[in-house]
Amino acid sequence: MLRFIGRRLLIAIPTLFLVITVAFFMMRAAPGSPFDGDRKLSPEIEANVMAKYGMDRPLHEQYGAYLAGVVQGDLGPSLKYKDKTVLQILQENYRVSLTLGLSSIILATVIGVSLGVLAALRQNQTTDYVVMTIAILGVCIPTFVTAPVLVLVIASKLGWLPSAGWNGGALPNLILPIVVLTLPQVAIISRLTRAGMVEVLRSNYIRTARAKGLPENRIVRRHALRAAILPLVSYLGPAAAGLITGSLVVEKIFNLPGLGKFFVISALQRDYTVVMGMVIFYAALILILNLIADLLHAVLDPRVRLS
Amino acid sequence: MTGTILTPGSRVGAETMEKAARGRSLWDDARRRLLRNKAAVGGMIVLGLLVLAAIIGPYFTPYAYDQINKDHVWAPPLTQGHLLGADSLGRDLLARLLTGLRVSLAIGLVATTVSLIIGVAWGAVAGYLGGRIDEIMMRVVDVLYSLPFIFFVILLMVTFGSNIILIFVAIGAVEWLTMSRIVRGQTLSLKHKEFVEAARAAGLGDGGIIAKHIIPNLLGPVVVYVTLTIPAVILAESFLSFLGLGVQPPMASLGTLIANGAQDMELAWWLLVFPSLTMVVTLMSFNFIGDGLRDAIDPKDR
Repeated sequence: MLRFIGRRLLIAIPTLFLVITVAFFMMRAAPGSPFDGDRKLSPEIEANVMAKYGMDRPLHEQYGAYLAGVVQGDLGPSLKYKDKTVLQILQENYRVSLTLGLSSIILATVIGVSLGVLAALRQNQTTDYVVMTIAILGVCIPTFVTAPVLVLVIASKLGWLPSAGWNGGALPNLILPIVVLTLPQVAIISRLTRAGMVEVLRSNYIRTARAKGLPENRIVRRHALRAAILPLVSYLGPAAAGLITGSLVVEKIFNLPGLGKFFVISALQRDYTVVMGMVIFYAALILILNLIADLLHAVLDPRVRLS
Repeated sequence: MTGTILTPGSRVGAETMEKAARGRSLWDDARRRLLRNKAAVGGMIVLGLLVLAAIIGPYFTPYAYDQINKDHVWAPPLTQGHLLGADSLGRDLLARLLTGLRVSLAIGLVATTVSLIIGVAWGAVAGYLGGRIDEIMMRVVDVLYSLPFIFFVILLMVTFGSNIILIFVAIGAVEWLTMSRIVRGQTLSLKHKEFVEAARAAGLGDGGIIAKHIIPNLLGPVVVYVTLTIPAVILAESFLSFLGLGVQPPMASLGTLIANGAQDMELAWWLLVFPSLTMVVTLMSFNFIGDGLRDAIDPKDR
């Protein structure tokens, strides 16, 4: 088991390194600089500013310096937000994104797995068709359609919930963003669960369990679900990526002070260090989730450990 | 197959039987299964209509998609000659919608083709060569996977400015990852088949085997994945446009139309509702076709 973890870690670290490298050089290849403001800086001042951030040095030296900083946990200062380091910006804004992401994934898992199991047990019956229709709708209606439509109907016309804003994380402000983020995940998770469940229910050991006379309830929960849930575990990484993508839209529409909003703005403003910090943060997050998924897989499925 | 009587034993009969068996075993069978799938057939009909509307529709609208008309600002549907209403500049929504649909479908098609070419080549080579090369090539795919896709594309768009060609390339260059994984997996199982060994014994080189024997046999799963990639690409482009990084005005795509509609929805619901509906219907028909094709081609779930 330790060797398994070690090997996975050995793969994750060079991956992160490559991600940093690609993002660094892409960002620097972009025309413009973080100091192209509304006021034109005089050449002397611009040279001074560049020197202050070490941007007068050759690119490969800057890259080396940046990497050295990252290794020590220093993501550098923001080039746009004065007196703030990238770490501070991340710390101040991660909470919104985390709250949304975590609530959505938990909700989506609970609802999605229940629906998926239900559909699999009632295969080719009305329940199954209803669940699968919901799943298809969830995949085909993108977040940038559900979000404005829900805002229009529930917030503007009916006035049940606030249409935007964070308001210190008050529950009414959270409901719509979480619903928008959760729906597509429910769709995917229920599909995955149903597919896994249908396959498992046909397998020999389930037939054995039935033959032993175990109650159906126990068969489903103890025997079938454990195996059927495996594809879900590998979905953990992509789910995080999907939530991050969704949060870009949701944070924009609901005007929430999360990380996603920062990313697009910072990229457009050429705030190199902030963009890099976010790429590293999200890439690390996805790598860690993939690592956890691999480990869970190994725990749940003995066949993985052997290979 | 017009009622040929198969007489076992005769040479002609055996030949016809062999041909029939081969034909039925793959594509004929798949087509029959596909045509029996109501959702898939419905999807094909709707998609056909949408494609037709996108191609010829813009020539038949009374207004051009970028024609500004000060007197028609916020015209509701069915007034002043605007079937679906007009936007904040008095531009005809129907014309913009048809143009947007055309742009979105074109992006879907081109970007998917880009991803198809890269993905199939990459996956087939990796799977066929195997060993260290396979490991390195698949590691590259893993690395690209772990960079959140949308950041990668946003960086690309920011780096090179947004133009339509770049959108094609950027999205295509990201969407090939899954394709290459599917193709690699298939190739791994194909390369040990007898007909590949036979080809090698006959003296065909690696390149020839990949091009002539591996890739043609990958067609089934690849076709399925292509029909599922096109909606994913359309979605990705709309997503970029929604964030203001995609197609630039006055050009329209479904994404820009929905984004504009969302801004003006309090004043003019039609600007949000019609583009959103078009988007959902388009995505749904692709997904129905894709699912139908998978059920038809992939024998696993039969």
